Amino acid sequence: MATPEKVGVLFVSHSAAIAAGLVELARQMAPTAALVAAGGTDDGRIGTSFDLVTAGIAEADSGRGVVVLCDLGSAILTAETALDFLDDEVRERVRIVDAPLVEGGVAAAVAAEAGDPLDVVVAAAESARGPAIAASAGATTGAAPADVAPTAAAAPGYTRSIRLVNSDGLHARPAAELVKLASTFPQKVTVNGTDAKSLLGIMSLGLTKGAQVDITSRDLSGREAVDALAALAESGFGEA
Amino acid sequence: MGLDITWAVDWVRRSAQVISEHRVELITLDREIGDGDHGENMDRGFQAVLPKLDDLAAGSTPGDVLKLVATTLISTVGGAAGPLYGTAYLKAAAAAGSAVSLDGPAIAAILTAARDGVVARGKAETGDKTMIDALTPAVDAADAAAAAGVDAAGVFAAAADAAEAGALATEPLVARKGRASYLGERSAGHRDPGAESSALLLRAAADAAAASAGA
Repeated sequence: MATPEKVGVLFVSHSAAIAAGLVELARQMAPTAALVAAGGTDDGRIGTSFDLVTAGIAEADSGRGVVVLCDLGSAILTAETALDFLDDEVRERVRIVDAPLVEGGVAAAVAAEAGDPLDVVVAAAESARGPAIAASAGATTGAAPADVAPTAAAAPGYTRSIRLVNSDGLHARPAAELVKLASTFPQKVTVNGTDAKSLLGIMSLGLTKGAQVDITSRDLSGREAVDALAALAESGFGEA
Repeated sequence: MGLDITWAVDWVRRSAQVISEHRVELITLDREIGDGDHGENMDRGFQAVLPKLDDLAAGSTPGDVLKLVATTLISTVGGAAGPLYGTAYLKAAAAAGSAVSLDGPAIAAILTAARDGVVARGKAETGDKTMIDALTPAVDAADAAAAAGVDAAGVFAAAADAAEAGALATEPLVARKGRASYLGERSAGHRDPGAESSALLLRAAADAAAASAGA
């Protein structure tokens, strides 16, 4: 079940339904990454299982590492105990991340799907903790297209301004598509001032159908990335 | 006189019995300030150890028994008590090493290792209203008794007395760790179930040691 060349994500919850639901949710944006649920006890009660967590780590690990997200206290204790029992070589690439389960899990899954290394997947999950989202979204919060356009036009670099055509706007799935594509380019690209590689930043823009989207790179070599992202947005992300 | 494999197996059997007898009491304590599963989880864990005692290889040591308890509790308890007690028994097993018989200082050493393991795992401190509030007084009493030249059974008796007093003293405390900490001030007035189960387990150890010494 581990996906070659991709970091795995393990969801540890007291509830089997919560863990399975998180996998289902994140799967929408990360169809091929190894997303594994370790919820409930061995016999299906509320609680956490050392054996399920240990098996889950093995299942999620392709050799590039596993990010573990946990719910309430004893889930963390169980995960930490499971790590204690791993071989040193495996333990080095398993990280328990302190992040909100839903937002952090989705962000980690998208980064894993994009093929990012362990540290980047960890950082993606941690970016969901709050202050970072507020900071990245702050620049554009409440900004109407008219407010943004002149700033974007005045900034150096290359910008493409388009209007969102898909009916549901930049919701989770298309936002993930955009982030995944942006992550394939080394250059820094922004969408309305927000890092195009930050799923939570992009989602928190709350862009709806008809919204103006300014895709910008101040990197001299960023033109190709901007054009690719603009083409994706103009295509409506494959949605009507 | 040291404590050997017979004592260790007897301790586990007495532990399973005392936890089973106090199952409802622990559930009630936990329901007041936690999620209500402590008695049930601990009972399930110790009941799961019992059949495995029959499979112990000839020549097994007290450390082997402690390790068996550790791995079984970690796999079967489910709540925070699984990793916490599992770690305690695992560290105790490591401290016991391959010794065939444990004397007073050795008992003080395994209790210290167990307590340190729980602190490292759960990050709780004295006064947080957790099992540490039973274990740390027990360790201190065991150290003092061992230093005074008391035998192994006497060291456990001192530890059990101190753990019971410590568990009782958690009643007025406000929880700062675990599920009870969500209750804040409302957690005061209730005894911590983890401290209570720790006291029960140490009393079982002392009783087994007294029976062993009298045999």
